[in-house]
Amino acid sequence: MTAVADEVRIDVPVSGTPRRGVLTRLVSRLGNGCVQVVLALVAVFWLVPVVGLLLASLRDESANTASGWWTVLTKPAELTLANYADLVADKTVWQSFLNTFYIAVPATVLVVVMASLASYALAWIEFPGREAVTVVVVGLLVMPIQVALIPVAKLFGAVGLFGTIAGVVLFHVAFGLPFAIFLLRNFFTGIPRDLIEAARMDGATEWVIFQRVVLPVAKPAIASLTIFQFLWVWNDLLVALVFADQDSAPITVALRAQLRQFGTNIDMLSTGAFLSMIVPLAVFLVFQKYFVQGVLAGSTK
Amino acid sequence: MMTGKRSFRANVDAAPGRSPRQAIPFLLPALVVLAALVLYPLVFSVIRSFFDASGDEFVGVRNYVDTFTDTRTLTAFRNNVIWVVVAPAAVTGLGLVLAVLTERIRWATAFRLVLFMPMAISLFASGVIFRLVYAENPEEGVVNAAVVGVHDVFSPASQYPGARPRDGYAATEAGYASIRPAEAGDTISVPLIGYPPQDVPAQALPASPPTAGEGELRGLLWLDVSLGGRAGTVDPTERGLPGITVEAVRDGTVVGRTTTGDDGRFTFPDLGAGEVTVRLAEENFALPFRGLTWLGSTLITPVIISSWIWIMTGFAITFIAAGLSAIPRDALEAARVDGATEWQVFRRVTIPLLSPVLLVVFVTLVINVLKIFELVFVIAPGSVQGEANVLALQMWQVSFGTGGDQGAGSALAVILFLLVAPAMLFNIRRFRRERS
Repeated sequence: MTAVADEVRIDVPVSGTPRRGVLTRLVSRLGNGCVQVVLALVAVFWLVPVVGLLLASLRDESANTASGWWTVLTKPAELTLANYADLVADKTVWQSFLNTFYIAVPATVLVVVMASLASYALAWIEFPGREAVTVVVVGLLVMPIQVALIPVAKLFGAVGLFGTIAGVVLFHVAFGLPFAIFLLRNFFTGIPRDLIEAARMDGATEWVIFQRVVLPVAKPAIASLTIFQFLWVWNDLLVALVFADQDSAPITVALRAQLRQFGTNIDMLSTGAFLSMIVPLAVFLVFQKYFVQGVLAGSTK
Repeated sequence: MMTGKRSFRANVDAAPGRSPRQAIPFLLPALVVLAALVLYPLVFSVIRSFFDASGDEFVGVRNYVDTFTDTRTLTAFRNNVIWVVVAPAAVTGLGLVLAVLTERIRWATAFRLVLFMPMAISLFASGVIFRLVYAENPEEGVVNAAVVGVHDVFSPASQYPGARPRDGYAATEAGYASIRPAEAGDTISVPLIGYPPQDVPAQALPASPPTAGEGELRGLLWLDVSLGGRAGTVDPTERGLPGITVEAVRDGTVVGRTTTGDDGRFTFPDLGAGEVTVRLAEENFALPFRGLTWLGSTLITPVIISSWIWIMTGFAITFIAAGLSAIPRDALEAARVDGATEWQVFRRVTIPLLSPVLLVVFVTLVINVLKIFELVFVIAPGSVQGEANVLALQMWQVSFGTGGDQGAGSALAVILFLLVAPAMLFNIRRFRRERS
């Protein structure tokens, strides 16, 4: 025992945790094992709902009514892509899937372009009222979209944008801008002053500085914003529910009509929901780092 | 916006050689969109909330008075309060614990990735996911499947759910009791119905009535199939029902208990003198436990909150973990050197140093909760949506759903705005402090 205790004592300065006997170390080792098990269980809890949806979407209607999705784990023969084939063959759903792109892509591009321009002015061009504009933008970060639904619906109705993809896009642009400007302005102000001043000394116009100096440096921030904004619009239900008509509806709105008969429609709904998730999941897995940064910065939305 | 306009005219205090005018082309597109589609609507909504449904007649604060007296809206308020009190604290606490724990494992990145994933998918999809998770049918919803599984371990399912005697027996709480009394020396035959023949256990033997025995009460329980046989009589193809618990009751106390054999026969060997009531115990026929009605009106809000916790915990963990990694290791080590236990280090050092981060996470979650819409819209079935109602959903219902009253809808929108306004000030103050 003494030998062990001596060894421990020798270990102490190295590990930086003095006054730890064999027992404490054993407990901490065991504790670590418990932590591993608990966290593994938590991870399983987080995965099961998604796996359940995926497996339900890969079983046909009769299989889903007869038994739970978990039975497929012992009967893999039940797996089929038939639901996906049916869904893609369904004109309404497929059109709504495409609509989601037609809405999300322009809404993202416009927000990124407008916000980078505005952020450059707020970060690097001195003008009176700059502080006030910035504060208003920060205030608008948490603006509930409900405040604008009725007035904008009226406005769009008057100019013929109600029920069109353009209308949905515009609304998303408006409510995407505050966060986008906030994020990019913060990043732009972090660019070393010397870099901008040197360009000004060389007689570069603001436009050239923006294009040649700021944008290249800001690529990571713009990437985070692009991904965040794209997923935000892609995942929207409420805006499209109000502003889109049947022909311009994105997939969330199109599937919503199926909710009424949830029990009998589970094959179709799970498939549709998973189809709508494929793009976000792919974007998330490929660009995790940027997405996580975007969410952390833009969580206040 | 006034200040923005002024900036376009004045160009006095600009940097040398730089005119503030140059800001105009950069700012204009974003400011026009923000002014037209965010700021103007805010003003419009406030004004609109003082007019009636048609928008023609000024009604003062009547929309607000109606809002605070309408039962649907009051339910929505109540639910929003429940959400704000329970959900953000739960997620912040869970996020803190998990963020601290992930510091002790090697696969922390993978773990956070898994928990962050729900943030990437739509609330609509999450809603569908949880509607499936909590589906009432245990052959569909995994939660009820688990609940039923656990329940059946502790109180196993009955052998013959739904089966019942054809006639001559009264249903009581303890089981089916014979209406006519019996005594030792009798034989009784009880035809059972209401059970599918194909579900009869394989070991069941063909049924035949027992012969009377001296001093014994004997009997037979068999499945009386009416198709291809006569009701109430033992047909050659019919089988006895094994494993049924039969009780003999005299004056309210159980004096004998036995179980039917493979041929469906049972025997009470020594009942003594006097009449007894024969009772088929309830446990033989109890309908299987089918789990809980998660999506019913009582549990719906907790269920939706649980799905929101599933979505937001990853965000809290990641945010808090970022804060944790910024805590100086020296502070923690110093406490440990002073002999503090891990719990004391956590309680006295980690949490105080982390409190600004925790506050930001908490405020962020509160804002998110106040605007909750999609989850309630998707998870709550139409019939219980009133019970699960929240302000954002009520606003949509009133203005665009069944209501069609944009005056009342505007009032709700303004209320929502006022609820979020403190968070706006919080953000602005934090922004100003970070700059100075």
